[in-house]
Amino acid sequence: MSAVVSPNNGFKTALRYLLLIVVALIFVFPIVFMVVSSFKPAQQLLRDTASIAAFLPVGDLSFDNYAAAFRRAPVALFIFNSVFVTVVTVAGALFLCSMAAFSFAFLEFKGKEVVLAILIATLIVPFETIAIPMLMLVNNLPWIGASGVQFGWLNTYHVQIVPFLADALTIFLFVQYFRDLPRELIEAARLDGATWFQVYTRVIVPISGPVFATAAILKFLAMYNQYLWPLLVTQSEQFRPVMVGLQYFFQLNIAWGEVMAYLSIITLPVLIFYLVLQRAFISSIASTGIKG
Amino acid sequence: MKLTPNRSLQNHPLAGWSLAGPAIFLITLFLIVPFILAFTLSFTNQRLVSPNPTEWVGTRNFEQLLGVGTLVLEPEKDETGALIRDDKGELSYPRVREFTRNNAEYPQLSGKREWLSWNWGDSRVYVLASDVVFMKALGNTFLFVLFVAPIQAGIALLLAVLINQKLKGINIFRAIYFMPVVVSIVVVSLLWRFIYSGQSGLLNNMLGFLSFGAFKPVDWLGNPATALWSILAMSVWQGVGFHMVIWLSGLQTIPVSLYEAADIEGATPWQKFRYVTWPGLRNTAVLILIVITMQAFSLFSQIDVMTGGGPVDSTQTMVFQAVERGYGQQNIAGGSAISVILFLIVLTISMAQRYLTRERNR
Repeated sequence: MSAVVSPNNGFKTALRYLLLIVVALIFVFPIVFMVVSSFKPAQQLLRDTASIAAFLPVGDLSFDNYAAAFRRAPVALFIFNSVFVTVVTVAGALFLCSMAAFSFAFLEFKGKEVVLAILIATLIVPFETIAIPMLMLVNNLPWIGASGVQFGWLNTYHVQIVPFLADALTIFLFVQYFRDLPRELIEAARLDGATWFQVYTRVIVPISGPVFATAAILKFLAMYNQYLWPLLVTQSEQFRPVMVGLQYFFQLNIAWGEVMAYLSIITLPVLIFYLVLQRAFISSIASTGIKG
Repeated sequence: MKLTPNRSLQNHPLAGWSLAGPAIFLITLFLIVPFILAFTLSFTNQRLVSPNPTEWVGTRNFEQLLGVGTLVLEPEKDETGALIRDDKGELSYPRVREFTRNNAEYPQLSGKREWLSWNWGDSRVYVLASDVVFMKALGNTFLFVLFVAPIQAGIALLLAVLINQKLKGINIFRAIYFMPVVVSIVVVSLLWRFIYSGQSGLLNNMLGFLSFGAFKPVDWLGNPATALWSILAMSVWQGVGFHMVIWLSGLQTIPVSLYEAADIEGATPWQKFRYVTWPGLRNTAVLILIVITMQAFSLFSQIDVMTGGGPVDSTQTMVFQAVERGYGQQNIAGGSAISVILFLIVLTISMAQRYLTRERNR
């Protein structure tokens, strides 16, 4: 788009890089500060904020804050809860939403247009606006568990999973991708006698890697970073995810070293994951912007 | 009905419904039902757990939340009719409480408290509200949205233009600018609580350093005048990369030939932006504004982690109030009423945004 920079334009190029770097510093400094601070004793952490040392791994570095964070809260349990809820939800959502999208993209059935119209309409309802009535709803829903039918879903894993297994945005991502696939593939499989479910699992799923990756990334970010809903539905620490576990660390006198350690523990895996797959992350967000 | 062979091959209602069914069922149960519940419960006195049966209370919840009234008070006068002034020369007024408590002449003001007041000549005008905290939450939410939408969209566009250059290593910068988006806003909020803190806060020290000590430290979150703005700035920092990427994908749909034509005509960079780039971005602009507005109205995590609505209710927001009532006080009906008000506002604004941009497209 913009003109390719010619070699004799060295000064201008340098200025451009300077601007890019200054802006980059604004975006990374808090994250660098967080990670670096997590290795410093509390006294030094506070002292270092007065100088550039705040961003440098200098002085008395140790894993003490990490050990202290694990002592303060059941960190391993929180991590397990988050990972479990996230993985199950992402896997389930990919399956249910892609299957629904397959149906919308390739099958004709009465009422399809109405359902699609309603799904599009639900896109403008922010989750936060229905969280409170939803709390009431799940508190009255029955669940068949090991001890028979029980009412009230609060304080469980499934209350954090089931409501997020299907969402309109994920369905639309799949619909858009499926619509561009060649229909001959499906017709050939049908003529060979495959059922629709077989067409979905054996023909469509194997060639839809990119859209599954996109949907997985978006769902993963949304689920792992969730806060409001688990805050409302998990009263006991047994089922709490990492973001709600954060509450153990924001008391009146905050031990900032431990906080930085905990924040690093729950953020670094995501950041590393992101840095490895950043192209996929960025294109997944970009694809939410290209709505049909 | 005449079906083409291709169409009949795909016309399988049973298969269609059974494949789409599970997702449709879940969306109905966990989105449409709670949505309808929000409207229904907001007209009742439902509590999360209550021994008493639920009763229909009509619009009482809404009146409780949105009730406002005005009161104009004349300054007090002595027997001769002269205005009474205190030692500092200030006029004195009757107490508002005398009008809002057990005053048979002012039934409409019963139970209301002062929300805003100002002087009008010698008299003093009071705006009273049934629920002053909710009114502040409403005001703060609008203030937040009004500023965050243009600021975040604008900065995101600047960044998108900045990283849409052909330079070596530009992808590294794109990756860095996007980085805060993958970090949870809850993590970011707690991290920035330290950055913003008054003593040994990182921001104060950095500003002091950059201004060679001329900058006086500020307790960013502890001061009613700066708390909401601090949260706003941090929210922009965290979310701007998301919208940058959407702008960027919009930028890349603009045909290069248009820029080449503009170059031939001798257009300046600004003219190229004004007459080529911007018209090509209209649809993206609508999308971004709607998304930012919806996110901004949902403001909750930052408040919960950073300020808890304080200081002096300066960072109360609608979702925070909905949670406070629905969950904190187990008052599902009150929380639902706030949800309904919030939804109606979001709906109105996104309709307005769509309508306004549609007009201009023609």
